[in-house]
Amino acid sequence: MKKAWFLVVLAGSLVASTALAKDVTLLNVSYDPTRELYQDINRAFTAQWKAEHGGDITIQMSHGGSGKQAGSVINGLPADVVTLALASDIDAISDHGLIAKNWQQRLPDNAAPYTSTIVFLVRKGNPKHIRDWPDLIKPGVQVITPNPKTSGGARWNFLAAWGYVLQQPGGTEAKARAFVHTLFQHVPVLDTGARGATNTFVQRDVGDVLIAWENEALLAQKEFGKGTFEIVAPSVSILAEPPVAVVDANVAKDGNRAVAEAYLKFLYTPQAQAIEARNFYRPRLPAVAAQYASEFPKVKTFTIDQVFGGWRKAQAKFFADGGIFDQIGPGS
Amino acid sequence: MGTRRRVLPGFGLSLGYALAYLGLVVLLPLVALAWKASGIGAAGLLHLLAAPRTQAALRLSFGGALLAALVNAAIGLLVAWVLVRYRFPGRRLLDALVDLPFALPTAVAGIALTALYAPNGWLGHGLAMWGIKVAYTRLGIGIAMVFVGFPFVVRTVQPVLAALDRDMEEAAESLGAHRGQTFMRVILPMLAPALLTGFALALARAVGEYGSVIFIAGNIPMRSEIAPLLIVQQLEEFDYAGAAALGVVMLCFSFALLIALSLLQRWSRRWAEFAT
Repeated sequence: MKKAWFLVVLAGSLVASTALAKDVTLLNVSYDPTRELYQDINRAFTAQWKAEHGGDITIQMSHGGSGKQAGSVINGLPADVVTLALASDIDAISDHGLIAKNWQQRLPDNAAPYTSTIVFLVRKGNPKHIRDWPDLIKPGVQVITPNPKTSGGARWNFLAAWGYVLQQPGGTEAKARAFVHTLFQHVPVLDTGARGATNTFVQRDVGDVLIAWENEALLAQKEFGKGTFEIVAPSVSILAEPPVAVVDANVAKDGNRAVAEAYLKFLYTPQAQAIEARNFYRPRLPAVAAQYASEFPKVKTFTIDQVFGGWRKAQAKFFADGGIFDQIGPGS
Repeated sequence: MGTRRRVLPGFGLSLGYALAYLGLVVLLPLVALAWKASGIGAAGLLHLLAAPRTQAALRLSFGGALLAALVNAAIGLLVAWVLVRYRFPGRRLLDALVDLPFALPTAVAGIALTALYAPNGWLGHGLAMWGIKVAYTRLGIGIAMVFVGFPFVVRTVQPVLAALDRDMEEAAESLGAHRGQTFMRVILPMLAPALLTGFALALARAVGEYGSVIFIAGNIPMRSEIAPLLIVQQLEEFDYAGAAALGVVMLCFSFALLIALSLLQRWSRRWAEFAT
């Protein structure tokens, strides 16, 4: 009996103390390569919030493959915000009624505060002379890319290759199909995630070229030294826009909407944009972009809206069960 | 029957408890799986099973697991024999080593095996010179499956072998049987039930293995893609019913295999009785 009373008092005091100090815990469910980025962002945001509003904010992170993370949120992981690799994963959460349909219009720039693109990572000295997309299907070249079915980054890779062919003079769907089909005949290992593919290329010494997120390629170059690997920017690539959104159903439940929205808006501030640039994501603000311009290779990019009519269409056409990837991917 | 004293109180109570526990821990998740899978419908299931990719993945998972279990049965029997019948320095250490594949997180095992067998790894480098590729091929998948299933056969055969009466062997020898005959007609029949149990466990483990295989498999559809990876891919497409259906299919295959093995075991027990 005594014990029960003690527990009641303890629980009561816990509730009282959290209510008084207005401490907030936010859960950000993100994809794999953003670990380093959000460590820095969260530190800056919590400091700024404390200075302006008082009260401590704890931001918890969850990282994993983008699609898997979206699945966890759909199945009840109480994320306040999601920061994923591609819009179709947030669309999927939205389809389950957890996020408002117009989420991509609620924040500037398609709700993608930072961008990236798809580049090639080659071995020192570029022994296979890889300069652009057609070089990837030369005889004897082995290409490493993860599986688009399980990796968001790999879907960007796939669409970048497809879009490149379409953008060439006389480029047609049939030519794109033939090119990507041949490209996947050059893939010896199909890892499940972007980090796995990077490891296969960098640590296991498999393949001549890795098709990768620019941020992942720059990070690999930084980790292993500039001499070991070289980044090759293709003539044309895709503008990857990793989007962010507040999970409406969850913030309505835990009352975190104000903080969650402030957190996402913070990603667009000059301070946060500089942090993103230092973590190898391309900032949206022109002033910050100009300041870090020398860090990023020059690439002509197209957007998914321009070439494919948005993620919803691209997802259904290419990556759904029985879609184009299933028809022309490796083993087909 | 009713008045005899037992260690555990009451047949009714202990049976009820065992059934409730089994239901809660084993049956309930399986029922949930079947329920989720029913969303796909009969036509959807047929479509899934007819896909060449599904068939290739199932063939690879079950074929690989059968081969790996066979290898484990042979090597496991040998290791158990050495551990039980001989006394040598370091025997206890060796004995403890056998369980390591259980203790290691499967992803760690996968990464270690890949590092070893990759073209730039210790073993992979040498094998590559002979033209043998292990990592990112079916051979690699088999090696990972042998690794995770290894302890089962050793641990099931070991106690039976230790309890085996030496008199029987000596009798066989004194009756003029040579070593091969003694082994085949006296020892093996008595070990067979345990060996089959170990074989079944190793098989079941390898069929469902994901973590360690995924790193060393090339994951190329139709060639080196295991069935559990296909399930994961379906989850990534938010096709939960399809993933569950494939899970149920694997479960049915496994169940059929395990039943066949238990029938074989019953038959082998009779063989053992006949032999003695």
